[in-house]
Amino acid sequence: MAEFPTELKYLATHEWAKLDGDIVVVGISDHAQDALGDVVYVELPEVGASVAAGDEVAVVESVKAASDIYAPIAGSVVAVNEALEDSPELVNESPYEEGWFFKITPADSAALDGLLSAAAYQAVCDDEDH
Amino acid sequence: MPFIPHTLEDERKMLASIGVDTIEDLFDEIPSALRAGELNQTPEGLSEMQLMRLMTERAALDRVQLSFLGAGAYEHHIPAAVWDLVSRGEFMTAYTPYQAEASQGTLQLIYEYQTMMSRLMQMDVANASVYDGASAMAEAILMAVRANKKVKSRRVLVAGDIHPRYIKACHTIVGNQGIELEILPFDPETGCLDPARLAADEAVALVVSYPNFFGGLCDVNALTDLAHAAAALVIGVVNPTAMALLQPPGSWGETGADIVVGEGQPLGIPLASGGPYLGFMCCRQSIVRQMPGRIIGRTSDLDDKEGFALTLQAREQHIRRGKATSNICTNQGLLVTAASIYLSLMGDKGLRSVAVQCHEGLQTLLAKALALPQVSQRFTGPAFHEAVIELPVKAADLLSAMLQDGIIGGYDLGEVNVSLDHCLLVNVTETKTVEDIEVWARSLAAALEDTSC
Repeated sequence: MAEFPTELKYLATHEWAKLDGDIVVVGISDHAQDALGDVVYVELPEVGASVAAGDEVAVVESVKAASDIYAPIAGSVVAVNEALEDSPELVNESPYEEGWFFKITPADSAALDGLLSAAAYQAVCDDEDH
Repeated sequence: MPFIPHTLEDERKMLASIGVDTIEDLFDEIPSALRAGELNQTPEGLSEMQLMRLMTERAALDRVQLSFLGAGAYEHHIPAAVWDLVSRGEFMTAYTPYQAEASQGTLQLIYEYQTMMSRLMQMDVANASVYDGASAMAEAILMAVRANKKVKSRRVLVAGDIHPRYIKACHTIVGNQGIELEILPFDPETGCLDPARLAADEAVALVVSYPNFFGGLCDVNALTDLAHAAAALVIGVVNPTAMALLQPPGSWGETGADIVVGEGQPLGIPLASGGPYLGFMCCRQSIVRQMPGRIIGRTSDLDDKEGFALTLQAREQHIRRGKATSNICTNQGLLVTAASIYLSLMGDKGLRSVAVQCHEGLQTLLAKALALPQVSQRFTGPAFHEAVIELPVKAADLLSAMLQDGIIGGYDLGEVNVSLDHCLLVNVTETKTVEDIEVWARSLAAALEDTSC
């Protein structure tokens, strides 16, 4: 059973976002990593890039699919998870902690409120499964 | 269930269910100016017997000609074993199999091909091939635009001494994808792109060829380093035979070319009126995720037995659709088989020997040609197995005269560049003996006499 931590916000496209001080951390959900299967590569954005909400900013690739990762919030990329370069399996092993993708300094962190709650996102996943 | 997939009745039902009257209506959205229309110049079909008769008559019109025509496709000796083996039923597929992992033999063959191509080019990886040399260059340009994260522009510099038909194919393929191809003029003295005049700032990539369209060997080391200093990627378009003798792109300049492509036809594939051929494509490891096409990898199974698998296919169009690394990509399976067998039979020494004989043959031919007072060499600098000679008459007229002797004397450069219509591009491969070259030179001398008066 996939985990849906309640302290996080989600997109219907399976990204999670977490406000950490004044930085937003972004990754993909437990449900998404499970659906993708073994992640073999993550293409990350450039540090310093400015992104709009909904922009395609990264690509996660498993043995069976390559999927776009969308920015959940507008802002500028301040860090990317370089550990994923050599250890993409962290996305499978620890989707909410060590498997994070990138960090954004949001233009307006209040925009996070518009994202899905854990319960709402779980409902999206349940719908997909049925 | 009938063998014929759909009857007129089936068609009618299908059209009715989507609310369309005729099949023709399905093409309504295509502007009429782009439609081919009726093929009213095409004759009625022939019976098998009539067709055999016609083709036999046509074949009788062919004369065995001594050809010095290169310009992108080259007549090399193909050991008889190559096509005898390629024609075996086990290899007779034009494509990588859809149940890939169940076809270990085919996968291993492609893996060996990739290994040989990477070694020949001194590059990290090769893919399983693309259509041909020209489309490989277009794919390399698209790949460079995706891979170069440092330069945000979509401007690609293309050396003007690259095969004009390759440049045309690139315009066709990338022209509508928001990519700006800037063709840099070649130096009229050398036929090469002059490194001293290269400004690669804000360019995603520089495309250079080695040898170039004129057979010349330009300063790819300097061009590579200049492009890299400006953060542009370097795409090399090379002749594979030449790479057995010359400096392979993996060692150009300080760090080597980033992407290497070319036409694989010289590796055991007959001229066959222009195709099918195969495009090869290699790159450095760090940008392999942006390489189109498929790559076969070697791995081990649960029992630790060696096996081969398709890798990187998650970026292909059957999975990524419109976001795939390429949407016109294929693998020339049968021709890859021929190239692999050719390379295996020739080996390092054999291929190098072919390259040396080509180069020496050209030197012999040039010495004979330049001994004629009316003939001069068009460009200065070294050449591999092809060079341009300048004539007092139009090359087209001279070629017509030589054809009377059963000789295809070379390629009329006026076909692609009006200012070079007195120039003949001549190629020599290992298939030409000293006697053949003498026959060519005598025919050239006689044709010059005839056309000058």
